[in-house]
Amino acid sequence: MVRTDARHADLAIRTRGLTRDFGALRAVDHVDLAVPRSRIYGFLGPNGSGKSTTIRMLCGLLTPTEGEATVLGHAIPAEAEALRRKVGYMTQKFSLYEDLTVRENLDFMAEVYALPRATKRERVDALCERYELTRLLDQRAGTMSGGQKQRLALGAALLHEPELLFLDEPTSAVDPENRRAFWESLFDLVEAGTTILVSTHYMDEAGRCHELAILDQGRLAAAGSPEALSRDIDAQVVVLRTDRPRRAGKALHAEPWVLSVAQIGNELRVLAASEHDDAAVAVADTVRRAGFGVERCDPAPASLEDVFVAATLPTRQERVA
Amino acid sequence: MKFLRRIGAVAAKEVRQLRRDRLSFGMIVGLPIMQLLLFGYAINMDPRHLSAGIADLSATAASRQYVQDLARSQVIDITHQAGSAAALEELMRAGQISVGIYLPPDFERRLQQQDRAAGQLLIDGSDTVVQGAAASLAMPARTTPVNDRPPTLEVRTYYNPERRSPVNTVPGLIGIILTMTMTLFTAVAIVRERERGNLELLITTPIRSTELMVAKILPYIVIGLVQATLILLLGDWLFRVPIRGNLLDAYTVILLFIVANLALGLMISTLATNQFQAMQMTFFILLPSILLSGFMFPFDGMPTAAQWIAEVLPMTHFMRLIRGVVLRGAELWELRGELAALGVFLVLALTVAVRRFDKTLD
Ligand SMILES: Nc1ncnc2c1ncn2[C@@H]1O[C@H](COP(=O)(O)OP(=O)(O)OP(=O)(O)O)[C@@H](O)[C@H]1O
Ligand SMILES: [Mg+2]
Repeated sequence: MVRTDARHADLAIRTRGLTRDFGALRAVDHVDLAVPRSRIYGFLGPNGSGKSTTIRMLCGLLTPTEGEATVLGHAIPAEAEALRRKVGYMTQKFSLYEDLTVRENLDFMAEVYALPRATKRERVDALCERYELTRLLDQRAGTMSGGQKQRLALGAALLHEPELLFLDEPTSAVDPENRRAFWESLFDLVEAGTTILVSTHYMDEAGRCHELAILDQGRLAAAGSPEALSRDIDAQVVVLRTDRPRRAGKALHAEPWVLSVAQIGNELRVLAASEHDDAAVAVADTVRRAGFGVERCDPAPASLEDVFVAATLPTRQERVA
Repeated sequence: MKFLRRIGAVAAKEVRQLRRDRLSFGMIVGLPIMQLLLFGYAINMDPRHLSAGIADLSATAASRQYVQDLARSQVIDITHQAGSAAALEELMRAGQISVGIYLPPDFERRLQQQDRAAGQLLIDGSDTVVQGAAASLAMPARTTPVNDRPPTLEVRTYYNPERRSPVNTVPGLIGIILTMTMTLFTAVAIVRERERGNLELLITTPIRSTELMVAKILPYIVIGLVQATLILLLGDWLFRVPIRGNLLDAYTVILLFIVANLALGLMISTLATNQFQAMQMTFFILLPSILLSGFMFPFDGMPTAAQWIAEVLPMTHFMRLIRGVVLRGAELWELRGELAALGVFLVLALTVAVRRFDKTLD
């Protein structure tokens, strides 16, 4: 009892059965989350899987239809107001003012958070430095590039030094180099004690998170550290090299125990049901039987993408139906 | 004190955005001027200088005096003299005159007897505005006795001796302009933030809904006062519309009306999901405000149902207040009923707006 309480105190976010309906559509379906403090927690999921809706509920923007959530010790949505100063939110769509300049936007946010005047200037300058906005200070936000806008939005969300940061697809428009820098700065924040919840479509970003939740059609499909998820994947991965990859892929697809086939360069990456014994042999047999040559066919460790694909596949019943 | 900084931040941002939005900024000044000129010069609801023909068969001092009085009212210009009623009819049929005045040979005796009309007024009924204006000419001849200085049009023209419509129109125009701009601007100001996604961010900041609403309203209170001042000044300069009452009273009324409309705008903003809807709803309010408030047509002449609708509109009460203060020099205390009505409207609209605007996106 004492132990579990201590454990819960370490959690920044805890939800139980969190659910949200939009009319007949269930956007988030009984999601249980446990997000530890001072960690980067990732939300990975296809379009419409309920990532933004979950984040909005955790911010107190949307009222859950069902279930409960505690954020930094405050029950949501009842105590949402108490959270405002502790939480930073970077929306998926740019939500600062496009007709104001970078400086005006940052000043506005600083005033809204009523930052002490003495430190305000300093804070704004430091953030502009870190996110390379100094050169853009007098440019209207609406005229900036997608990546520049996202850097501004992150800077604005950090002005008041929140304990918990919600980032909804923060790097969707950022180039790879800036993305690296972006993530470096996220780890700096975590080191300083900030908890970050970030949603993404990118596997490389998901792999950088301490922990990860895979959402699919509003349901929590899998959760854990990227390593644990890859280790515990409910499927076998086989890499196949063949002379006719397209046709071999079609042949494999017809097998009921093959979950998915993806071509990567000259190779096929096959996900097979975990209960099928020795999938590599079965894959090679299937391809040979179809009349194509097999150069190489080996089991491989699961990547995060494999985990994602396996977790977001229709369940077996749905596939059969 | 933090809430003051938050309100200040939002209000300052609002002004800055407005300054950058050339169209809206132009509307603040352009709209009152345009409307004032339009209603002042072009749309003349109370026409003057109607061409008239006279057939004075009595030709006495009293009849000549009467004709002179009519002419002085400037409603008619006597362009034709005719020898008989039939000749007048002919002129009218030909479209040469809109009004014909027939004074029979026994005009003076009939005036004194007062048991029947002394003369006849022929009106071109094909234009209802002419009809309405000219019909008023008939009244004095029937109801007032002739003496040295007949009080011909005295009752109707006490506050507007030259029967000029701008005098009546200009104070009411303040109401129309304020209804239009105040309601629309606030409604759009909030709906726009929701449409562009700014609200999603604002909601997660410490700013409270009431603070947000106050901050959104503040700049427009100033703008409303500027517009009202502009109309009063231009009205005085172009149309010599006097302010008979206390200027402070006039501004008290205007301020109350501005805030009532801003509250209405806030209420609309919580109902509309996009700027176009906000605009539609504003016009849904604006149209009856123009037509039913007494601005265009006299309130007493409207059907009861229309009067009921009119009583709900803030514009109706503002009309009575501003005409009372500006044109009749009435004291606010005498108009307390109308002030209270505006106050009740304000409180109701504000309550609905604040209630509905809870800080969520649901
Ligand atoms: N306000 C709303 N009204 C109705 N349906 C909504 C609303 N918001 C979201 N939805 C629906 O809920 C589902 C989940 O949406 P959500 O925005 O949470 O997805 P997401 O995971 O963030 O997707 P993306 O990766 O595209 O951002 C979608 O099917 C969406 O259509
Ligand atoms: Mg989303």
